[in-house]
Amino acid sequence: MANSSLLQLEGDSRIAAASERLGMRRREFLQFCATVAASLGLPPGADAAVAEAVASKKRPSVIWLHFQECTGCTESMLRAEHPTLEKLILDVISLDYHETLFAAAGHQAEQARKTAMAANKGGYVLVVEGAIPTRDGGIYCKVGGQTAIELTKECAADAAAVIAIGSCASWGGMPATDPNPTGASGVAAVLGKPVVTIPGCPPNPYNFLSTVVHFLAFGNLPPVDDLGRPKFAYSRLIHESCERRAHFDAGRFAVEFGDEGHRKGYCLYKLGCKGPETYANCPTILFGDAGAGTWPVGCGCPCFGCSEQGVGFTKPLHMLAKVKNVEPPQQYPRIVEEKGMGATLGSAAILAAVAGAAAGGAAMVARNLGLSHKAEEAERVKAASSKTEA
Amino acid sequence: MSAQHDARPAPVGGSLFNAATLVCGVLMAVAATIIVVRLFFGLSSTTNVNDGYSWGIWVVVDVFIGSALACGGFCMALLVYIFNKGRYHPLVRPALLGSLFGYTLAGAAITFDLGRWWNFWHIFWPGYFNVNSVMFEVAACITLYIIVMWIEFSPVFLEKLGLHDARRKLEKVLFFFIALGVVLPMMHQASLGTMLVVMGSQVHPLWQTPIQPLLYLLSAIMLGYGVILFESCVAASAYRRQIELSLLNPMAKVMLGIIAVFLVVRFADVAVRGALPEAFRANHVALTFWVENACLLATFLLIGTVEARRNPARLFLAGITVMLGGILLRLNGFLIAFDTGPGWRYFPSVPELLVTIGIFAAEIFGYIYITRRFPVLPREEAYAQPARS
Repeated sequence: MANSSLLQLEGDSRIAAASERLGMRRREFLQFCATVAASLGLPPGADAAVAEAVASKKRPSVIWLHFQECTGCTESMLRAEHPTLEKLILDVISLDYHETLFAAAGHQAEQARKTAMAANKGGYVLVVEGAIPTRDGGIYCKVGGQTAIELTKECAADAAAVIAIGSCASWGGMPATDPNPTGASGVAAVLGKPVVTIPGCPPNPYNFLSTVVHFLAFGNLPPVDDLGRPKFAYSRLIHESCERRAHFDAGRFAVEFGDEGHRKGYCLYKLGCKGPETYANCPTILFGDAGAGTWPVGCGCPCFGCSEQGVGFTKPLHMLAKVKNVEPPQQYPRIVEEKGMGATLGSAAILAAVAGAAAGGAAMVARNLGLSHKAEEAERVKAASSKTEA
Repeated sequence: MSAQHDARPAPVGGSLFNAATLVCGVLMAVAATIIVVRLFFGLSSTTNVNDGYSWGIWVVVDVFIGSALACGGFCMALLVYIFNKGRYHPLVRPALLGSLFGYTLAGAAITFDLGRWWNFWHIFWPGYFNVNSVMFEVAACITLYIIVMWIEFSPVFLEKLGLHDARRKLEKVLFFFIALGVVLPMMHQASLGTMLVVMGSQVHPLWQTPIQPLLYLLSAIMLGYGVILFESCVAASAYRRQIELSLLNPMAKVMLGIIAVFLVVRFADVAVRGALPEAFRANHVALTFWVENACLLATFLLIGTVEARRNPARLFLAGITVMLGGILLRLNGFLIAFDTGPGWRYFPSVPELLVTIGIFAAEIFGYIYITRRFPVLPREEAYAQPARS
């Protein structure tokens, strides 16, 4: 990985071969690699490393298990807005077992999984999609006679990395909603050790792809937080980068669906938007790679916190979010402050009355004091004159 | 307290129910009602203060002017205890009484002018102290001074209640509180001027000066003496008592001296800063500047001579002109010549005015009650024949 410049790779034959294989133009391929590097938050130069790795490295074997889920995560991968993305995914990885995408069926399929596991022992990536039922010995989800618990444990034993894709696999997700009759749990809980989680319902395919590419390019998984979520995608609240954040700060809220504020694109916090307590990069790379500007909040639909345990599938949709960074005040300053008013008839009259009363009172006191002074002076003069007379 | 056997104070006596107390009572009740409304429904429900004029008359009149008018107590203490002019002693208690009410009500008034008044205790809580704030200095200082003043004044209550033992003990340490009672008001009266300084260019150049603290201190002292003149004359007139002319006459002279110093400093400052041309513009600011200073100059015309100072009517009017001068100095700086930008206006609302009137009514009522029931004013007979005793 000596190359640190994407430009130097322009003429590289491996790059040309890879782009031809993918049915992309060379420029598009390099752009894709730069996008992946950027969404991973990698330093400059890493894009070249990513391009080299994708073009020349042996594709990692991936075993993809499905349990209690809707296959939405896979769907969002395959129906990504960028037409080549699904090709890329399938080219970057060697998908050796995937129940939805397999042409094989039955024992043939199970055999393929076993073969791939044996061939890539210790080197394959296990991806789990869907929650794992744990109640009653895990009998509520079985594939080929094996329970989800057994399958997970068996496949995870020799995996180089385990990735839980989607909220169901991450922490139970929708199947784990109360009363959770099947005891649905996440992969980490079943394995008893932390795994990389890509929560979301569904998560953006780029978050998954970037994680895999990181593994491919650098041989390890990207840094994760204490819930196993890659930091490049889940370290910020949706609220932090939300395009409607300015409305939140200014106190402009949609209060009802379809009201004036809603039509003007005001903040959806008061409609129950969970952006302020949900960690995901939806506002920056949008939701599910579904097209320009399309993510729930962008369409006027409050975020329901699908990627956040304890929020999505748990909190009522229209319940106010617990704002994790800055709580909004009860009241906001008015946008146009009143600038005050001049004297009213009443206030001027009262002031005049007080001034008049004070002046009148003062005049009376002064007059009385003056009169008594005059009288005293006259008495003094009189006394003095009578003294001189005497 | 030095012995002043010839003029021991005594209660005036008489009924507490008369036209004056009745009117005061009504005004106080009106003000109390408005204050309750304000505390529950906010400043905007009662006042005209806005973002441009965040200080209305509740601050400027009730606190700035109210506390300045309450400087009589400290001015007399300054004269009697610091400059050792014991003969003025009979004037101390009535002056202190006026100060007591002025300051206590100013302190109360600031509480309901606070936007979030339920947080008022923050300023007394060490964790919340902002020791770099002028506001903190003023708040802490005024609070301390109110406490000190009640201690200074407490011999009156102890006398009335017959607790002579406690009184004797208190008087042994009273000198300490008297000293504090002189230092504290000098500190915060100057700081009230600093508040004008920190307002920056919003204050008109005729009042915006770095020596504003000095001007406020000097004007507070002259106001203190002016108020004593006023108060003595009104008390004499209302209670039909002798006027302490032999004391007021020389005290008025002291006051004139301070006014002279004030005027010299005031005009020198305006001239040095080059703001004098502002005083000759044809606008209301220049007019109010001249009215303010004309009031002070009028004092010299009224009581400039010893002979004139023997006339209580002139002393009374001089007290009023000095008070008007000091009041206008504060009113001009903070409201009349205060320009916070285009469009902002302020004039007190009716409820605002009624509360301020109610507070002054409370001071008058308190003065009447205390002087009639407690030994504050000099004993009439004892004072009437001081020359013969």
